[in-house]
Amino acid sequence: MTQLVLFNVFNGLIIGAFYALMALGLSLILNLTGVINFAHGGFLAIGGYLAYTLMPYFGFWGALVLAPILTGFIGILVERVLIRRLYGRDPLYSLLLTFGLAFLIEDGTRFIWGAQSLPFSIPDWLSSPLSSEFFFLTGYRVFMVLLVTLAVAGLFAILNYTRLGIRIRAGTLDLETVSVLGVNVRVLRNLNFGLGIYLAGLAGVLAVGMLGLQPTVGDNLIMPSFIAIIVGGLGSLPGTLLGGLLIGVASGVTSVFFPSASEAVIYVMMAAVLIVRPRGLLGEEGRF
Amino acid sequence: MPKLDKRAADILLWTLLLTAPFWMTHVGSYVELGSRVLVYALAAMSLNFLLGYTGVLSFGHAAYFGLGAYGTALTIKYLYPSTPVGMLVGILVGTVAAAVIGPMIARLRGIYFAMCTIAFGQVFYFIAFQWSSVTGGDDGVSAWHRMPLNLGFTTIDILQSSMAFYYFVLAVFAACAAAMAFLLRSPFGRTLLAIRENERRARFLGIPVDRHIWMSWVISSFFVSVAGTLYALLNNFVDPRAVRWDQSGMFVIMAVLGGMRSFWGPLIGAAIFIVLEDYLSSLTQNWESFIGLFFVLIVLFFPRGVLGIIRRKVTT
Repeated sequence: MTQLVLFNVFNGLIIGAFYALMALGLSLILNLTGVINFAHGGFLAIGGYLAYTLMPYFGFWGALVLAPILTGFIGILVERVLIRRLYGRDPLYSLLLTFGLAFLIEDGTRFIWGAQSLPFSIPDWLSSPLSSEFFFLTGYRVFMVLLVTLAVAGLFAILNYTRLGIRIRAGTLDLETVSVLGVNVRVLRNLNFGLGIYLAGLAGVLAVGMLGLQPTVGDNLIMPSFIAIIVGGLGSLPGTLLGGLLIGVASGVTSVFFPSASEAVIYVMMAAVLIVRPRGLLGEEGRF
Repeated sequence: MPKLDKRAADILLWTLLLTAPFWMTHVGSYVELGSRVLVYALAAMSLNFLLGYTGVLSFGHAAYFGLGAYGTALTIKYLYPSTPVGMLVGILVGTVAAAVIGPMIARLRGIYFAMCTIAFGQVFYFIAFQWSSVTGGDDGVSAWHRMPLNLGFTTIDILQSSMAFYYFVLAVFAACAAAMAFLLRSPFGRTLLAIRENERRARFLGIPVDRHIWMSWVISSFFVSVAGTLYALLNNFVDPRAVRWDQSGMFVIMAVLGGMRSFWGPLIGAAIFIVLEDYLSSLTQNWESFIGLFFVLIVLFFPRGVLGIIRRKVTT
C-alpha cells in the first residue's frame, strides 16, 4: 500500500512538474503581455516532433538541447508576425487568434508528420527501473524530474540575475515605466514570448518520451496548465509552479483511491480556490 | 431615416428566414443547413448577450450548450420519449449548472473570467467523455430521435419533415430572440449596458455589479442551453464534441464575425460560418486549417464584424 501511494505521489509529482513547466511558459507570456496563449499545446507538439526529426542526426541529447531552442525561435517568429498585433487590444482577440493558431499548428503537424502516433525511443539506460523494489522509478522519470527542476531553477535564475529577466519582471509590474526608462519593449516582449515557447518546447520533448507522439499531444496538457495558473494565482510565477505541482500531486493521490476522479479533482481544487481565495494562492489582490 | 432603415432591415430579415426552406434548395443548399444556422445563431446570440451587452467574455459556453443537448438526448432516450419534455430537462440542466457555477466567476473580470469559464466548461467535457455508462463516452448518445410534436388536436411531424422541423426551430429561435430583445430594452438590460460601458461608475451608482453579471450569465446560459437542445434534436445525436472548448470558440468567432455590438450580428456571423464550413468541408480534408486561418484573419483584419463595418460606413 505504501508503495502504491508512493508510486502515485511520485507519478503526480512528475505530471505536476510537467503542468508547471507548461504553465510557467503560459504565465510568463500572460504576465507581460496579457495574452493567453491557447496555442501553447501546439508549440509543445512542435517541440516533440522536432526532437523526433532531429534525433537521427544529433542523438537524444542533441535533440533534447536543439528542439526546444528551435521551438523558441519559431515562437519568436510567430510573435513578430502575429502576436505583436494583439498587444493593447481586448483580450478577446488574443484568445481568438491563438485559438486559430492552435488549429493551424495541429493541422500543420499532421500534414508534415502524419496523423498516426510515432514512436519516440529514449536511451536504454534511461528506460530501465533503478531498483526492483521501487519499480516505478525508471531512469527516465527521475531524469525528467531532474531536468524540470533544472529548467525551473534556470528560469528563476534568469529572472532574478540577468538584465533580461529583471526587465521582464519589471515589465510585468509596469511596462510603461520600463519603456520610459529606455528599454526597447518590443524586443523585450519578443524575447519573453520566445522564452515561454522554449519552455513549451522543452515540455514537449519530455512529454513525448512518456506519452508518445501525436498532433494532439498538447491538448490534454493545456487545460491543467490553465488551472495551475488559476490555482497558483495570476501574475505570480512561483504561484504557477506551486499550482502545477499541487494539482499534479492531488490527481496522483486521488488516483489511488478514486481512479476515475483523478481528472476531476483538479477542477474541484480550482473551484475551491475560486470560492475561498479568488486571486489564487499566491496571486496579488486586484491585479486581474 | 435610420429608424426606417432598421424597420426595413428587420422585415427583410424575417422574410428571408420565413421563406428560407423555399429558396434554399434553389441556391444549391438544403433545409437542414438552415436549421443548423438558426441553432448556431441562437447560441452565438446568447453568448453575445453576455459578450456584447454586458462586456464579459465567456469562452466556455459550449458547456451549457452541451448540457442542454445531453439533457434532451438522454431524457428522450431513457426517460420519456417526448420532444418538449426532453427540451425542458435539457434547458433546466444547463441553466442550473450555470447558476451554480456563476457565483464563483461573477467576481472575476477580463482575462481571468475568460480563463475560468474555459476551465469550468472543460469539466462537463470530461464528464461527457468519461462517464461512458450514461453518456456513451466518445461514441456519444445515439439510437434515439426527436419525437413528433403532439398538440392534442393535431400532431406536427417534425421528425420526418425537415421543413416542419425548420419552422419549429425558427419558432423557438424567434421566441428566444424576442425575449432577449425585451430583456435588453428593459431597465435591467440598460443596467447591463451601463456596466459594460463603465463598471466603476455603475458601482458608484449603487448597482450591484457582481449580481448583475451573474444574472446576465445565467440568462445567457439559459438561451445557449435552448440552442443546445435544438442541436441535439437537429442531429438526433450528441457526442462530447458538442461540449468541447473549440465549440465555445466557434460561438465567439460567430459573434465577432457578425458584429458583437449589434443584436443581429451573431446571426449573420453564424450564417457565414456555417455555410462556409459546409462548403469547405465537402471540398477539403484540412478543414481545421481553414478554421484556424479564418480565426486569424478575422482578428487581424475584420475585428468589428460585418455589421460593425456597415454601421461605421453609415455613420461616417
